[in-house]
Amino acid sequence: MGREFLEGNEAIARGAMKARCDFFAGYPITPASSILHYMLELVPAIGGTAIQAEDEIASMGFCIAAAMAGRKAMTATSGPGMSLYSENVGLAQIGETPLVIVNVQRQGPATGSATKGAEGDIQFTRWVTSGGLPVIALSPATVGEAYELTYRAFNLAEQYRTPVFVLTSKEIGVTRESVDLDAIELPPLVERKRAADGEEYLPHRFGRPADVPAISDFGGVHIARYTTSTHDQAAYLTTKPAVIQEMIDHYTAKIDEAADDIALVKRDFQDGAETLVISYGITSRSAAVAVREARARGSRISALVLQTLWPVPAKAIVAALDGIRKIIVPEMNMGQYRLEIERLAPTGVAVIGVNKMNTSLISPAEILRAGGWL
Amino acid sequence: MTDKIGPLPFCPGCGHHVVTKALDKALVKLQLDPRKVVIVTDIGCIGLADRYFTTNAFHGLHGRSVTYACGLKLARPELTVIALKGDGGCGIGGTHVLNVARRNIGITLIVANNFNYGMTGGQHSVTTPSDGITSTTPWGNVEGPMDLCGTAIAAGAAWAARCTMFDKDLADVIAQAIAQPGFALLDVWELCTAYYAPRNKIKKKELDDLLERYGLRLGVLADTPRPEYSARYRAAYAAGRPVIQRRPTIEVQYGNSVERQTGIVIAGSAGQKIRSTATLFAQAALFSGLDATQKDDYPITVMTGHSLSELIFSRQRIDYTAIESPDYLLVISEDGLRSTRERIQRLPNTCTVYAEQSLDLPATKARVVRCPIAQAATETSRQATAVIAVAALLQDTGLFPLDALARAISTFQSAKIAEVNLKALQAGAALVSGQTGFREP
Repeated sequence: MGREFLEGNEAIARGAMKARCDFFAGYPITPASSILHYMLELVPAIGGTAIQAEDEIASMGFCIAAAMAGRKAMTATSGPGMSLYSENVGLAQIGETPLVIVNVQRQGPATGSATKGAEGDIQFTRWVTSGGLPVIALSPATVGEAYELTYRAFNLAEQYRTPVFVLTSKEIGVTRESVDLDAIELPPLVERKRAADGEEYLPHRFGRPADVPAISDFGGVHIARYTTSTHDQAAYLTTKPAVIQEMIDHYTAKIDEAADDIALVKRDFQDGAETLVISYGITSRSAAVAVREARARGSRISALVLQTLWPVPAKAIVAALDGIRKIIVPEMNMGQYRLEIERLAPTGVAVIGVNKMNTSLISPAEILRAGGWL
Repeated sequence: MTDKIGPLPFCPGCGHHVVTKALDKALVKLQLDPRKVVIVTDIGCIGLADRYFTTNAFHGLHGRSVTYACGLKLARPELTVIALKGDGGCGIGGTHVLNVARRNIGITLIVANNFNYGMTGGQHSVTTPSDGITSTTPWGNVEGPMDLCGTAIAAGAAWAARCTMFDKDLADVIAQAIAQPGFALLDVWELCTAYYAPRNKIKKKELDDLLERYGLRLGVLADTPRPEYSARYRAAYAAGRPVIQRRPTIEVQYGNSVERQTGIVIAGSAGQKIRSTATLFAQAALFSGLDATQKDDYPITVMTGHSLSELIFSRQRIDYTAIESPDYLLVISEDGLRSTRERIQRLPNTCTVYAEQSLDLPATKARVVRCPIAQAATETSRQATAVIAVAALLQDTGLFPLDALARAISTFQSAKIAEVNLKALQAGAALVSGQTGFREP
């Protein structure tokens, strides 16, 4: 089509519409509010419903129920709202609800700096709710990726029947850049597997743990059940330890065993490099500048950008470590994802964090200094 | 209902037996397709009821049944959605009760109100009468009870009724509630035979005494139908302004003289249209074949304080969006100066500052161009202050033609605002006697 000058939040809304999102509920919060505004305009145009809820808890309640009634649902918030989403995220997990949750991160904790950027919710997203079951989270670095990864988040939500997080930040959400959305290649749209009419419907299937069961929408051809409690395959409360373990094994396996399929990374490798920069989100753009600069100074250096943060794209990370002796992990937090890299790095490989949480971007110079180039 | 699940799980004599069976009777009376009915529950003893029904069932978080019920109804307005909740749930989820009443989303809410938390050990709730003995009010409740119907009616409930578990017509009243097109609240007063009733020696007569004590009556207390939310939503959307058409895309139409990545900071006050002007400036850059980023900084206040936009123009893809040292800095107000004063002091001599001439700039190595921006704005429009400043910069630097900015203004702004801004563009360009030398695309 052509270029536009868009902010990331609009790209998220457009990505959602491209994925045929037809339900949105949200509560205003800086810097995520404009997603609510865009969706209030875009969703009713396709016959869907978008509503400003009374609070974040209601936003999630509306979305979970609408998703189980067959809608493709999305909500968007920032850190303080994520705290209020927490309990309902667990509900969406235990009920196997396809749902996209956008977190436009801002400086926390608490109210923090409402209009300032940060990427401090990385481990919070992983452990967002009680029980500690695996989650899927994607992290865009550009306005174009905000569009693409939101679209992909819907596909993953439908495919794995689970809430999927889009972890962006003020620095992408309300930063504008030139982008041609139509030039972005997208995979085919994925719709949830639906239980066929006439066949007995069980809302959950634990038999082969990694298999994702077909769903029957509320109001459709079957009688549907949904529960927040530990349950059997029919969604009836159970207290039998063996059944409960089957349920947990299923919720764990369906995401963990699919980690390689969910993994999205971008590689910029150089032969003979002994240093690797691993980054994600807005900070990966500072890393790109730093890598170019280091190469211009004659260094050999590789870069790995993680678009999937959860589940950890472990295979892709380990594959990138061949010959690497030093890993630099810049993050706009005090070193949250470095924990995951340290877990995967062989003994003897130095993992160096570049960490700042003062609302300003990590600069290329700060990364170059950590690598010893400055 | 089905008996396959076994007997109801409630204590002997508990009012939940009565409410559950009355709901079943009402559903049978209404002859609804069970696939089109959803019983929504949350936490509390009454939350165990949904599994005994052959309809759809949704069992959610404590106090949030109304949110799921609303989500189902918004998603599929053709469904009959009935939420069952305890008085405890009305405490933790009180805001949802107020808001569903206010919005008039067509769900039915039945509150099994037994004045305490039966599931967690008989603690007091928002409906525990004053002086009531509970496990958390051992010396008598010093709080007052909430009148659920009165509260919901005050919030706008179209239909509300109060019953007790002893009412012979309970099933009929439930059926009447379900038949309402809008929101309907039914507050059913019950005995909790495990905790509240024995502790407070309450039976049927004492329930009636409580009504009298609080001056409350039974029966339908509000019946003022108005259009249901989803119907209003569709109607308002259909009658409203058409959806914004997709914004025009930008084709390259002009040349530029930007040889290397160029950083521009525009610093002014909230209300001076700093950010929207920066967007126009960047769109003009796109019309001139450049890539651009715009990163803004502003406080949480709206019409006061500073507003600052950082623009980067480049012929290559821009990665790092912050500007360490700008090539051009526009300062157009005191707020803008305050937010950039330290930065101005550090600027190298390669930077040019375009400043409103009345501002008292700190010492700097940068080249300073003073312009009567505010004066020009009083002659056009204060809202166009930033456009005037940007036009002055463009005229002086020749980064790309003023025509590109004019093009952005007329493409992306409404005719009325564009007219003002095109005048402002001329006024700004007249402030400096620059020379231009563009390459054509």
